[in-house]
Amino acid sequence: MANFLEIDCKLEDIIPEKTRKTRTPQFIQARTIRPAPPRYRNEISKYIILRNEERCLKCGKCVEICPQGVHVKSPGYKYFAQPQSHLCFGPVCEKKGCYCITACPEGALHIQENPMMKALGDYRWPAEMILATWKMAENGECPSEDYGYDFETGNSEGGFDRIRFKFPDRPPVELKEEEIDTSIELNRRHDGRPRIRIDVPWYGGGMSFGSVSNTTQLSKARAAVAWNTFSCTGEGGFMERMRPYDDHMITQVATGLFGVREETIQRVPIVEFKYAQGAKPGLGGHLLGDKNTQAVAKMRETVIGISLFSPFPFHSVYSIEDHQKHIDWVKHINRRALISTKVSTPNDVDMVAVGSYSAGTHIIHLDGGYGGTGAAPDIAKKNIAMPIEYAISKVHNFLVAEGAREQVTLVASGGIRNPYDVAKAIALGADGVVIGTVEMVALGCVRCNRCSAGRGCPRCIATTDKTLAAKIDLEWGAQRLINTYNAWRNEIVSILCRLGLRSVSELRGRSDLLMHLDYTNVVVEREA
Amino acid sequence: MPEKYYIATKPVPPRRPRIGKYGIVDWREDCARCHNCVKKACVYDRHRDEIKYIRDLDTVDSLFFDCMGCFSCVQDCTKNLLCLAINPEYEKLGNSYWTPEIILTTWAQAETAKIPVSGAGYGGKFSGYGFDSMWTDMSEIVRPTRDGIHGREYISSAVDIGHNSSFLVLNGDDVVSPLSPILSTPMPLIIDRIPDKYALPKLDAIIVETAVKTGLLALVDAKKWPPTGVDADKYLPHIAFYFAADAAMLPVEILKKTQLAEIEDDGNVKSRIRALKQIHPGIVVAVRVELTAGGMQRAIDLAAEDVEVIHIVADSDGREIGAEHPMFIKDMIRKVHRSLIENGRRDDVTIIAGGGIALPEHMAKGVLCGADLVSIELPLLVGLECHLCQKCDDSHTCPAKIQEISLSYGVGRMTNLISAWHDQLIELMGAMGMRDARRLRGDVGRAMFFEQLEEEAFGKLFGNRLQA
Ligand code: SF4
Ligand code: SF4
Ligand code: SF4
Ligand code: SF4
Repeated sequence: MANFLEIDCKLEDIIPEKTRKTRTPQFIQARTIRPAPPRYRNEISKYIILRNEERCLKCGKCVEICPQGVHVKSPGYKYFAQPQSHLCFGPVCEKKGCYCITACPEGALHIQENPMMKALGDYRWPAEMILATWKMAENGECPSEDYGYDFETGNSEGGFDRIRFKFPDRPPVELKEEEIDTSIELNRRHDGRPRIRIDVPWYGGGMSFGSVSNTTQLSKARAAVAWNTFSCTGEGGFMERMRPYDDHMITQVATGLFGVREETIQRVPIVEFKYAQGAKPGLGGHLLGDKNTQAVAKMRETVIGISLFSPFPFHSVYSIEDHQKHIDWVKHINRRALISTKVSTPNDVDMVAVGSYSAGTHIIHLDGGYGGTGAAPDIAKKNIAMPIEYAISKVHNFLVAEGAREQVTLVASGGIRNPYDVAKAIALGADGVVIGTVEMVALGCVRCNRCSAGRGCPRCIATTDKTLAAKIDLEWGAQRLINTYNAWRNEIVSILCRLGLRSVSELRGRSDLLMHLDYTNVVVEREA
Repeated sequence: MPEKYYIATKPVPPRRPRIGKYGIVDWREDCARCHNCVKKACVYDRHRDEIKYIRDLDTVDSLFFDCMGCFSCVQDCTKNLLCLAINPEYEKLGNSYWTPEIILTTWAQAETAKIPVSGAGYGGKFSGYGFDSMWTDMSEIVRPTRDGIHGREYISSAVDIGHNSSFLVLNGDDVVSPLSPILSTPMPLIIDRIPDKYALPKLDAIIVETAVKTGLLALVDAKKWPPTGVDADKYLPHIAFYFAADAAMLPVEILKKTQLAEIEDDGNVKSRIRALKQIHPGIVVAVRVELTAGGMQRAIDLAAEDVEVIHIVADSDGREIGAEHPMFIKDMIRKVHRSLIENGRRDDVTIIAGGGIALPEHMAKGVLCGADLVSIELPLLVGLECHLCQKCDDSHTCPAKIQEISLSYGVGRMTNLISAWHDQLIELMGAMGMRDARRLRGDVGRAMFFEQLEEEAFGKLFGNRLQA
């Protein structure tokens, strides 16, 4: 991983003796985009095409005119196959002059909006955003505009969903897509520790084994390798089988200290202190008893079947000075590690961030109240701590005012659903983001919120049940994520091109490029 | 340290067919009878469970009750025939304030007494009407309640009702200043009377029994005393009689066993309080003030007249009563609270706020806004599988068949619900780092309001917010 280290020493020189001996060869995953079709037989479509077989003359006009190959009649067959509705563009074909419905001489075709669109998804993740993400995961591209999927915003009626970019009619400078730099720097302290650059402005958030399956964790790790970024172990410890991914892993030191050992800390380039998480700010992790299987219990050194609660907060941290001691401890154990501090978004999140910076963290990770993938009390998900949109702007501005902004990397998570959210978060002041839910959706999550039920996720993603987990193939899972990352990156490149910006770092803090639909967008001086 | 407040609960299953959010409908003929959906696709065997469940029912008024909405069967049907839809029965529950979501979560809590837990983050609106336009704070590092929730430490949810003396006058070791009576309740919650349009004779006995089991106080109409078959000695300490303006006084020996009474607000408040206290000097007297146009001012005036407890009540959706552009209970609480502070009266009076308290977070938020405690009625009714359709008096049309409930069912469900609310209050307080509910009152520093966050974060960037 040559591009990881820009200081003049070899990785081997700075990893501790013990780790050096146990180091395994690192997994190589190419950044190739390949189709990864959905796991299920029937795809959910926005429109449904119905054919009245009695009226149909089998004249083939619909086959001819449809740009999408929705109508299929295999040679030698008398009847048409069921229309491939998931490919259908819908009424937009009428404008484009290729509408099967009107082209059919017999009026045998009927189109309707799929009633299931109402049952799929929620305000933050509407059905169209889920379907669009599935297309990205399948092909590595954002779905063509003709599908009419609105995946840029959800229907939550606030925050990112009301913020838009003010795209100029023409870009102020003509840029080629190849010129655009989407990488970000994670160590801005110049403290002799490695400079780590990741190729995309995001990394994968912590999901522990226990909350998600092995396959899910490994798929995330492979995508991180392919895109030269990171994935995080989450709280449940660092499995042996993750060794080949060490260079792209963040290990978490969370309040429960489940599975944290010197040895695991020494293996990775980034160690994350998890003070709090957005899904349940101010509450420790919950792993319900059913999910604490034999494998999980072994890893976490606990008893099978009991619910695991992490305490909140760290029992050894009463102050920023205590926090600093923690950081010093990890820095001492692993001389090449960067430190990330993950906090939630309380009222005084700006003070917490600055405090953490002064304690020596490299990365401040803000986890907003609405995100999260793990089990959490509903009351906490909805009510505790502020949404990430507020926190980014609050913390960025405070760090600027304190003169600390250029020495620390600010990443945000908890509600980053699509490439537009990434760009908006960066324009509001973050350097990059951390993602989680979108990876689940790419793997087929329908956001049914049942991850914590008995055997875990009915879609086999957030589960430790062996039979369920086996339904997802690792290669497929990794490919779905690699594809999604590609689609996101392409979209971010196109956003930057339209804005005439050469790099993601140029976008940071450019809130002047944003507008909010509920505001006048005419800035007036505020009283101090 | 007092004993931990603990409510004994056990699951009380529903009597009526369950109503789930989702229904699977087969919307085209042609099923191949391959049973793929039943046998393979559904990880949770919902199709089979449903068949078993329906077999034993006399009527079926719901579709698929416990489908998780995972779409697996839909997507794996060999003929692509299945459609997952939102159950129309679900959508019909409650009304625009008491949403189907609130009804369903209340049913679940009344059944299990558990805190609702789910995965995959929050899927709702960014913010919203009423209590949804505020968030509670959490404390990241420094906090008094270290492992308070699941650990050894004690978070007290108790609050006081009555006039708290702000100083004592001593003569040597003797307290010479008059001490007002004061009582304590283990949770910032009091059970209010169920509105007449829902009221059923059976409910009164269930409610007082619930009050005993949970250690709370229940307001009971003095005109209805005694409900049939009730053991007075056991119940009276948990009863606060409500005296309408025309209600007759109760016998002394009954009144003496209670700690709190509430009177309707009429021109005669002072003399009625005096009359009650003459009979029973140890009683705390609250005045119920309906939050009509003059309601807030009336509450403030009563506080100035030394009334010790004021119960302000909005309509059941939390709105100011009879106003064209009604204020919401949260804002009315804040307004009353602030005026009392400005007048230097806040610590002299207990404010109970009611109307629109539908979820446990509303209890915490009401207190953060400045109430000492809140009153609830409809959530308890919903706990009995009520749909809030207001067809109660006709036993045929009531979908909850509320006329048929037994005492143990009713008490069990209400107790479970209150216990779940308590546990959720503790979750919120734990996150805030608060170990005493008394200190929560009016602590807006532990709350974040939509308007304020918008201005702080976005005002500088985007100018002024447009008025809706
Ligand atoms: S155009 Fe109409 S009649 Fe012709 S094959 Fe298609 S559906 Fe049948
Ligand atoms: S509406 Fe357009 S995309 Fe859809 S089936 Fe007809 S021609 Fe094809
Ligand atoms: S249980 Fe539902 S929400 Fe959770 S990961 Fe699985 S599909 Fe997604
Ligand atoms: S949608 Fe999922 S939970 Fe519901 S019946 Fe189908 S497979 Fe079972």
